[in-house]
Amino acid sequence: MSAITRDEVAHLARLSRLALNEDELDHLAAQLDEIISAVAKVQQAAEGDIPPSSHALPLANVHRPDEARPGLTPEQALAAAPAVEDQRFRVPQILGEEE
Amino acid sequence: MGAELIRMTAAELGSAIAAGQVSAVQAAEAYLDRVALAEPEVNAFLHVDRETTLAQARAVDERRAAGEDLGPLAGVPVAHKDVFTTTDMPTTAASRILEGYRPPYDATVTARLREAGLVVLGKTNMDEFAMGSSTENSAFGPTRNPWDASRVPGGSSGGSSAAVAAFEAPLATGTDTGGSIRQPAAVCGLVGAKPTYGGSSRYGLIAFASSLDTPGPFARNVLDAALLQEAFSGHDPRDSTSIDAPVPPVAEAARRADVAGLRVGVVKELSGEGYQAGVLTRFQESVELLESMGAKVVEVSCPSFDTALAAYYLIAPSECSSNLARFDAMRYGLRTGDDGTRSAEEVMALTRAEGFGPEVKRRIILGTYALSSGYYDAYYGSAQQVRTLIKRDFEAAFEGVDVLVSPTAPTTAFPLGERTGDPMAMYLADLCTIPTNLAGNAALSVPCGLAPEDGLPVGLQVMAPAMADDRAYRVGAAVEAALRDRSGADFLSGSPYAV
Repeated sequence: MSAITRDEVAHLARLSRLALNEDELDHLAAQLDEIISAVAKVQQAAEGDIPPSSHALPLANVHRPDEARPGLTPEQALAAAPAVEDQRFRVPQILGEEE
Repeated sequence: MGAELIRMTAAELGSAIAAGQVSAVQAAEAYLDRVALAEPEVNAFLHVDRETTLAQARAVDERRAAGEDLGPLAGVPVAHKDVFTTTDMPTTAASRILEGYRPPYDATVTARLREAGLVVLGKTNMDEFAMGSSTENSAFGPTRNPWDASRVPGGSSGGSSAAVAAFEAPLATGTDTGGSIRQPAAVCGLVGAKPTYGGSSRYGLIAFASSLDTPGPFARNVLDAALLQEAFSGHDPRDSTSIDAPVPPVAEAARRADVAGLRVGVVKELSGEGYQAGVLTRFQESVELLESMGAKVVEVSCPSFDTALAAYYLIAPSECSSNLARFDAMRYGLRTGDDGTRSAEEVMALTRAEGFGPEVKRRIILGTYALSSGYYDAYYGSAQQVRTLIKRDFEAAFEGVDVLVSPTAPTTAFPLGERTGDPMAMYLADLCTIPTNLAGNAALSVPCGLAPEDGLPVGLQVMAPAMADDRAYRVGAAVEAALRDRSGADFLSGSPYAV
């Protein structure tokens, strides 16, 4: 099993939108390596033709009747927002200059 | 009168309130006073609000006075793990990212208990987003074990277990994703149950790993746990994985408490090396006790259980990395670094780095790795195959026996700080409880004695097939009654916080 590098952790942090600092990257690279080595034993156990289970219950799609139900009011939905403007969530700039 | 009310079981307190001997307000006041007394040391609660609690209690007394037909626990106080949404109290999952958050709706568990007339004492501490086995991952400080304040109360529902063990609440709710009800119940000397997956609703439960998360009860005895489980269980159209079938008759089973003729399987793989000697001693004694009460005991092998912990630490982080993507600093919760120059993506990454603690970050990164292109089949895919093997092991075992038993946790409560620097050592606390979460069946932990070497509680785990939760309660109640007959006292009477 190849060791997990600091660069790999930095890439994973970018994918998961976590602005980790240098210490965190170093620390996590070592820990992740240890954890992955320990959990890699699933690969030996899972050899052969075994169907995967994503879930405990044998359920397919579950639908509710397509009927209108009361929902949250705009005031309720916006009550915990970090910033609000004109009954909307106010967010930082989404598109970059080059887009 | 305060101590007298607090000493009652939840069932007795509910009966006394129904008979008009005690009001819901008196019960709430007695417990609020007890909370004020115990909290400086125990720190089980993240939020207590005397006025809100008393207003709820007054409303229950009024509903009863108006002739409303209320359930057996009406007027009895309950503490909620801070992972269930409540409209009248903050809900934080013990995370900075949700500090002060007020949800706009109630979880099904909280709504149903409100309807049944239970009075909410407050919200309990937990490992952040339910990730941990000691409650040390809370962003708001650790909770202490009432049996020994230098030790952890278990986790992730450690605030709930400590509150009930310190007599700060007669009942509490928790969630069990890999053992987060059963392990804290075991190390605090309580009864804790993980219902069948789909038997209790996840609506309004802040998600950690959706295919595993299961709400369940904590109580000081088996019957009280059963009454609480019945009060919040049952089909919920708002949870697409909720089972549309009658609730297993757990209270009836708790009253029956007989194991004559029941076939009990001792799981060979959940024992031996790595287990504390005193835990194994008490476990062996409870197996002999079951045999002496007429149960037929056999050894059962579930070979894939040896790989359950590894599969869990791929599946749970994978689901968590996806679930926690919702904390994006846009619609609710913390937002930092929004100075007008940064993009939404930068604000998101800064907020998540500041708002999440080390264990949550570790699991998000681990899950993101396991789900990455090129690694998906080797890690997440293999773990899902192991999940199938574990389900097959349970199915094969339940062809020959009615229930399976094991210790609930490999050790008694460990000292605060002992495992915080070593994630793998912390993960081992869930060794015995994880297989049940992966398969989705029911299990319960019941106290089975104190370990001779440290005088701390040991739990017996009873596992039953899906929707046969009542079998686990039957066995738990029989063990509880036999131990009470033998010692002449309730289990918690040996605790420093006994009333």
